[in-house]
Amino acid sequence: MDKPLTANLDINNPQNLTAYQSTGGYKGFQNALKISPSDVQQQVKDAELKGRGGAGFNTGMKWSFVPMGEDAPKHKYLICNADEMEPGTFKDRMLMEGSPHLLVEGMMIAAYAIGADVAYIFLRGEYKLCAQRLQAAIDQAKEAGLLGDNIQGTGYSLKLYLHTSAGRYICGEETALINALEGKRANPRAKPPFPQVVGLFGQPTIVNNCETLCNLPGILRQGVAWYKGLSESVDTGSKIYGISGRVKKAGLWELPMGVTARQILDLAGGMQDGLTLRGWLPGGASTDFLMPEHLDIPMEYDAIGKAGSRLGTGGIIALDDQHCPVGMILNLLKFFAQESCGWCTPCRDGLPWAVEILTRIEMGQGSQDDIDTLQKLCGFMWIGKTFCALAPGAVEPLRSGMKYFADDFQQHIDHKGCPHQH
Amino acid sequence: MNNAIPITQLDYRTVLTDAEISEIEHECEQYEIRPAAAIDALQIVQSHRGWIDDESLNAIADCLQMSSAELEGVATFYNHIYRQPVGKHVIHLCDSISCWLHDFQIIADHLSDKLGIQFGQTTEDGNITLLPNVCLGCCDKAPAMMLDGELVENLNIASVDEILDKLRGGSNG
Ligand SMILES: Cc1cc2nc3c(=O)[nH]c(=O)nc-3n(C[C@H](O)[C@H](O)[C@H](O)COP(=O)(O)O)c2cc1C
Ligand code: SF4
Ligand code: FES
Repeated sequence: MDKPLTANLDINNPQNLTAYQSTGGYKGFQNALKISPSDVQQQVKDAELKGRGGAGFNTGMKWSFVPMGEDAPKHKYLICNADEMEPGTFKDRMLMEGSPHLLVEGMMIAAYAIGADVAYIFLRGEYKLCAQRLQAAIDQAKEAGLLGDNIQGTGYSLKLYLHTSAGRYICGEETALINALEGKRANPRAKPPFPQVVGLFGQPTIVNNCETLCNLPGILRQGVAWYKGLSESVDTGSKIYGISGRVKKAGLWELPMGVTARQILDLAGGMQDGLTLRGWLPGGASTDFLMPEHLDIPMEYDAIGKAGSRLGTGGIIALDDQHCPVGMILNLLKFFAQESCGWCTPCRDGLPWAVEILTRIEMGQGSQDDIDTLQKLCGFMWIGKTFCALAPGAVEPLRSGMKYFADDFQQHIDHKGCPHQH
Repeated sequence: MNNAIPITQLDYRTVLTDAEISEIEHECEQYEIRPAAAIDALQIVQSHRGWIDDESLNAIADCLQMSSAELEGVATFYNHIYRQPVGKHVIHLCDSISCWLHDFQIIADHLSDKLGIQFGQTTEDGNITLLPNVCLGCCDKAPAMMLDGELVENLNIASVDEILDKLRGGSNG
């Protein structure tokens, strides 16, 4: 299979502009410039590229809500979401460190497609090496006339800036991200209006994930049929899948959309010697647990959804039999409780409450009532009860963990302690 | 009539250095409005001063034409803006899930023991501050930390000892 995302990726020595161009780089953008923005949108829609930021929404469709034409606002914005703070997720870091020009080209294509005149990369501050390499790539592209005013005589102008954040998970939520970019405290915004119409500085704005944008150069260079041929799944293209936890060789692989988790686990050499897999999160901390019997389900949006979880970011977290499921869920919930922005009550109060109860259970001081309260909290923090998706994301590993590891919870309560701590 | 509360007008130019101001101005060019450079400006001043004290915060707010209260809301929102003094070196140890599965707690306890401080504290000589951090995006090379802005992966007791020796050697001569 072709590997459009990683074929020329080099973590140690990423391609500079000349090297990138010598392997077909910026041809996708050149092709885009030759057709109209709406034709670019159509191609991406036809390619059925789904957003890789977690929700899996059709990218071309998302763009189509942006006002276009003469009457559209003069300023429009494209933002690359490179905040990547979902525990267990490290794919965007690899793409930016190893192939910065691929992201820059992807952003140019997206910006052109929606008629944006300014684009930002919203990068998490901890990714220092990404920042250096992206800035170098932007500078090279500017120097070569690929960015700036009246690009190659087409009349299209684009500025591209790098913004480095200072560490807060909620900034990855797209409306919180927009507030962050405006220099405000990064609480999410009410929707509607949707950012596609009223976003950054009140102007139409598209926020796309880093990996989503990296898919665009291939689509524009090699076409829709080629792109769809990359996978045999109902979801098109390739995907950066990853796995971490106690596996032999944790890491990332570009694979056709829809491979199984078992294939990914095999690529990682299986579990470390002496350990067995007890459960797994398919795509980051905010996805429901699946069990070993789910390993042969294709890692695609619908199939994983039917199994009761979400593909999320495609970064698998594997739980082994030497670690306590209750302890794992406690660790996950502590993360969400800390990173809650505090805007709405169910999340601000509910998550610390859940942490308190889980701590009690893990320490052997839990009761049957605690289980009931946790179940109730899952309801209080579910979709529709909170202002954004952070709290429901936290509920996912909690509710599924309580279902699949009910015996472990019961054991903690009955034996007044964690069987994994002696 | 004369007992109105006096307002002291602060001029940021008397607090921020020319270098800081010019870096902030450079960032302002990227945005439609000056307050949008808030997080950049905080990071710039912190890189020069180690942390953001009240005087710096007020000056940055003045420079960006926003209220100090608003900027305080931004500054305290982020894990990597320090509103209290930190040591010469800052260690952020990841405590998220993949590092948990790799028993980061052993590393955390070891760091605490060797430095004689809890997380959130600075060694008495002002050399090292120990802080937790959420997932650093090094999950395949867990456990991981950020040391003075650089990611350090695949930590074990030996590598942590080596790091501490270097940090202490560097400061104590
Ligand atoms: C709490 C929270 C954190 C998020 N963090 C990220 C992130 O770090 N990166 C990302 O691409 N999307 C993140 N998202 C999803 C974004 O809101 C948005 O859906 C995504 O950037 C859209 O990109 P896509 O259409 O290309 O998938 C987050 C969502 C929530 C609710
Ligand atoms: S759900 Fe949590 S993170 Fe989202 S707005 Fe409410 S308090 Fe903030
Ligand atoms: S969980 Fe520690 S780096 Fe991701």
